[in-house]
Amino acid sequence: MGHNTNSIPPTGTDEFLKGFWKQNPVFVQVLGMCPVLAVSNTAENALAMGLATAFVLLMSNIVISSIRRFVPKQVRIVTFILVIATFVTIVDYLIQAISLELHKALGAFISLIVVNCLILGRAEAFASKNGVYRSMLDGLGMGLGFTLALLCLGGVREIFGYGSLFGFQLFGERYQEWVVMVLPAGGFFTLAGWLLLFNWFEQARVRKEDLKLKEEAVV
Amino acid sequence: MNNDSLWSIFINACLINNFVLAYFLGICPFLGVSGKLDTATRMGGAVTFVMLVSSMCAYGIQNLLVLIDAPYLKLISFIAVIASTVQLVEMFIKKVSPVLFRALGIFLPLITTNCAILGLALFQTNKGYGFAQSIVYALGAGMGFTLALVLMAGLREKLELAKTPDIVKGTAITLMLAGLLSMCFMGFAGLGN
Repeated sequence: MGHNTNSIPPTGTDEFLKGFWKQNPVFVQVLGMCPVLAVSNTAENALAMGLATAFVLLMSNIVISSIRRFVPKQVRIVTFILVIATFVTIVDYLIQAISLELHKALGAFISLIVVNCLILGRAEAFASKNGVYRSMLDGLGMGLGFTLALLCLGGVREIFGYGSLFGFQLFGERYQEWVVMVLPAGGFFTLAGWLLLFNWFEQARVRKEDLKLKEEAVV
Repeated sequence: MNNDSLWSIFINACLINNFVLAYFLGICPFLGVSGKLDTATRMGGAVTFVMLVSSMCAYGIQNLLVLIDAPYLKLISFIAVIASTVQLVEMFIKKVSPVLFRALGIFLPLITTNCAILGLALFQTNKGYGFAQSIVYALGAGMGFTLALVLMAGLREKLELAKTPDIVKGTAITLMLAGLLSMCFMGFAGLGN
């Protein structure tokens, strides 16, 4: 995102780690919002959705980066979408085989991974321009960063909305549940809260750097 | 087969289970294109149209897939049809009305990755709607999407005149507004039953 002005090319570790903080798909790039908001009402759903998306992202990045030389430019988007749709179908049947209950809870949102802009975005912006190894690390990092963000949201919403985390009761019997947190409105509010937190950190960092620059100028 | 009346399907898709504010579908254009009122209206119109066409196509495909017994092809064929519908619509509008084409601009191709459209196709097959029901469902969903987009654009135009702290500017304040809108739409929950 325009930060790579230095001449040293990013290492494999950098490609992997950027998805967690510097270019976190949810908090920084604001991509793939629909599943983030829709299935983050409990931590368990959020984790399952995050892992499913990470798997699709990883596999599609690998395939797309290895076929990138054979795909004509005009039909690349359609090709990418078809590759992604294939892996999503696999994940759909996989989840159905592992846990029918989970499949019911996630509902149509497993199929809707196809149109998650994060996956198509990474395919277009990264996998279609880089080698297999780098794309694999990028997909894995972005996928896990996405999972982390979903867990942040799902955790907060479950703690306030049901008074539990991963199904374990935290506050005892007399906890008054905040019903609004597990309803759609709560999703918007929680995400807004996390974005505020991120903005705050970012502003604090920028201010510190400004201060340092000023001090250097004085010296 | 599903026996819901057409009117209840329409109200349900448009207000009670609004695609944007209750199902979280099509959030990206909802946050991205809701800055100005007139672009929001046009975007809503384009999405409604694509929804109508792809809903009809999805109905046909579903019947075909049942006929040849290949349910695992559902997702792939839906997305392929939606992508080509958008392409067709784009070419058609370009030929018939270049003015409208210029006005819609980049929004047209972006409709392909709008999850509201794929979501609509999946929901209508899950619910087992017939042909007329599918069309009404698509119309309701499209109107609901437009309504949410227009309301949001109106709010954001007013917001530009208001004084907000630096830290909430951008996505954060938009999401809070969306949360409030979503709470308002919860009030429709008792309707139509």
